[in-house]
Amino acid sequence: MVVKRKPKTAAAAASAAPEPISNDQEIAFYRDMLLIRRFEEKAGQLYGMGLIGGFCHLYIGQEAVVVGMQSAAGKGDSVITSYRDHGHMLVCGMDPKGVMAELTGRATGYSRGKGGSMHMFSREANFYGGHGIVGAQVPLGTGIAFANKYRGTDRVSLVYLGDGAVNQGQVYESFNMAALWKLPVIYVIENNKYGMGTSVERASASHDLYVRAAPYGIPGCQVDGMDVLAVHKVAREAIAHVRSGAGPYVIEAQTYRYRGHSMSDPAKYRTKEEVAQMRQEHDPIDLVRRRLIETLEVTEDVLKQIDREIKEIVTEAAEFAQSSPEPDPAELWTDVLIEA
Amino acid sequence: MSIEILMPALSPTMTEGKISKWLKAVGDTIKSGDVIAEIETDKATMEVEAVDEGVLGSILVPEGTENVAVNAPIAVLLQDGEAAGTAPTHHAAPAAAPVPTPAATPASAPAAAAAVPVVEAEPEWTGPMLKQTVREALRDAMAEEMRRDDNVYLQGEEVAQYNGAYKISQGLLDEFGDRRVIDTPITEIGFTGLAVGAAFTGLRPIVEFMTFNFAMQAIDHIINSAAKTLYMSGGQLGCPIVFRGPNGVASRVGAQHSQCYASWYAHCPGLKVVAPYFASDAKGLLKASIRDPNPVIFLEHELVYGQTHDVPDNPDWIVPIGKARVARVGSQVTLIAFSRGVQFALEAAEALAGEGISAEVIDLRTIRPLDVETILTSVRKTNRAVTIEEGWAFAGIGAEIAATVMEKAFDWLDAPVIRVAGADVPLPYAANLEALALPHVADIVAAAKTVCYR
Ligand SMILES: Cc1ncc(C[n+]2csc(CCOP(=O)(O)OP(=O)(O)O)c2C)c(N)n1
Ligand SMILES: [Mg+2]
Repeated sequence: MVVKRKPKTAAAAASAAPEPISNDQEIAFYRDMLLIRRFEEKAGQLYGMGLIGGFCHLYIGQEAVVVGMQSAAGKGDSVITSYRDHGHMLVCGMDPKGVMAELTGRATGYSRGKGGSMHMFSREANFYGGHGIVGAQVPLGTGIAFANKYRGTDRVSLVYLGDGAVNQGQVYESFNMAALWKLPVIYVIENNKYGMGTSVERASASHDLYVRAAPYGIPGCQVDGMDVLAVHKVAREAIAHVRSGAGPYVIEAQTYRYRGHSMSDPAKYRTKEEVAQMRQEHDPIDLVRRRLIETLEVTEDVLKQIDREIKEIVTEAAEFAQSSPEPDPAELWTDVLIEA
Repeated sequence: MSIEILMPALSPTMTEGKISKWLKAVGDTIKSGDVIAEIETDKATMEVEAVDEGVLGSILVPEGTENVAVNAPIAVLLQDGEAAGTAPTHHAAPAAAPVPTPAATPASAPAAAAAVPVVEAEPEWTGPMLKQTVREALRDAMAEEMRRDDNVYLQGEEVAQYNGAYKISQGLLDEFGDRRVIDTPITEIGFTGLAVGAAFTGLRPIVEFMTFNFAMQAIDHIINSAAKTLYMSGGQLGCPIVFRGPNGVASRVGAQHSQCYASWYAHCPGLKVVAPYFASDAKGLLKASIRDPNPVIFLEHELVYGQTHDVPDNPDWIVPIGKARVARVGSQVTLIAFSRGVQFALEAAEALAGEGISAEVIDLRTIRPLDVETILTSVRKTNRAVTIEEGWAFAGIGAEIAATVMEKAFDWLDAPVIRVAGADVPLPYAANLEALALPHVADIVAAAKTVCYR
């Protein structure tokens, strides 16, 4: 393997903890969300320096969704998502260095520089990508659930998709098969209000997206995707439901992306005020930070220490991603087929 | 230590831009994520967000400045406790961002990639033979592989209770049960994506398309998901899967149900494409395809399912992928065909023999990787070639073969290669028009005579 991986994040490891949520677990949420935020800011900066090319879709603003969901997942549960995938990989325990190095197209990246931002995978972390075709991950993730059931395991497949992706026909083909065959899959709709520049109102005839699975008899719910605790709670319920063999589940997390769709999006389709209001009033990281300090009496010093650690991890990742070599030219010809 | 804020590139192509507005002033405290300035590119106005925290120490490029190069310092951010005056004057303009050098475009592929992959020779079969239809041979291949490996399963429309729309999976549900022989809804993109996802985890799905016409709905998953993921994952995520079903024309079913997809799939690296004619090859190649760790497109032919041929009576009979077979030895012209075209080529060779022309017939069996050596060896002997396919000639398999022969055996050719192919129209329904649109033995005979100048 090209890159070292660290174990699952603290939040994921603590998933078995019964209610109520402990201080430590909330600190872990804070840490995991902050890692994504700082990592993405750094990625944006490296993009600005020309070190990252092509499309680069940042997850800033949506951190509570994947952190809350995966904090309730267990070992062997798998994740698959779209091209907006950096946060998911970090929470799955993939090494920030390997992720950043893939963004810069280096030999030490998770795909050895041949996938890029949108196409990264880790068998070890049960992370199945990173898919650039809107909606494609939905039947693929349903197939991972099919395989889990075929093998008789109780592992759950978590499939993330956007509010734009829910209008793809293959999503409903997947809902149908998942319900028909009672597959262990959770569909997490990350409703960040826009698919590129098109708002949900302009793209979807009905605006409550989780109800779209209801005709297939798939239970679902909506959750405030800016509140990691709320996400964690519904994730626990959903995962327990699915793991028990009761079939699929849908969660619609209402969230928001602060940045443009990708780096080159001037975001003319929404007002500055709208973005500013979300940031000031609903920021998922501020929310936890405030709760930690005001209600749970965690000191500023503890949080500052975490901030410093995260900064160090991200700086290290960026340095690694810049100093690693590009892939050897011979790599052009490898990995097309497996030698039979 | 103070930090320089650099002019960012806000799109894949931006090299310079205008600072239209500073939204923070010297002395302001800045948190990461704060919008500090607006930048205009030729395409749009974009916001610049701070990555680091601190106090804005100085602004190096004032509002309104145009043509600011990407990566030029535009401001200085002071860290904890630094005073404005202590900011070091910035060093000379930074060197251009280290733009990664593009991988050298290959003038020619390295030898390893260009060479025909080494395949084990097909065992000479001298043992007992069974008379079997192609249909039975395909069924036996699946059954034998499913007995051998629990990871192999079959899914598709009507494959289980109905025993297959073309009765290829006859009896499989009875033997293997509904865990491994699965009737799917009519949901091609969905069930193809599902099977590819299952294959990523190591299962070995056999996906039956009722016909390959309907696989067009699923071609995104076949190419974008199945064929490309191994490469995009740096070798981590293989996809051992077989997509099989009838391909090419049926009889009188019209344009939407009659098309050859060989060249569509053969175009794509990351796939293998197999198109046998004989029952023995159908069996041996389907078994090889199921065991192959890569996605394999297995093209069958409805009008051949019922033909009976000799098949080695042995569950270990395997035909290697990537190996053509000389189906008839000849010396004056090479007829190159696959799938049902092999039958026509053999009939044409017989007719040509009656007219004193000795034709060699090559059954490609595999389209990708193409067995270039067998083709070239034959053409260097006969100095003439005719290709046969039901599909359209334009950008077709014959075009690929003709180009290859021209590149590699130009000096041996005594005549231009002729392509016998389907007419360049959607296949018509009327019996007479349909017959006019498809290649026939007579067309092959005529083409062979033309290249022999007879
Ligand atoms: C099949 C397909 N069509 C179009 C695109 C181009 N595209 C990329 S992302 C996107 C918007 C998707 O929005 P959403 O599902 O809400 O996800 P988000 O970007 O908000 O995470 C579009 C149209 C694509 N990648 N794939
Ligand atoms: Mg969206």
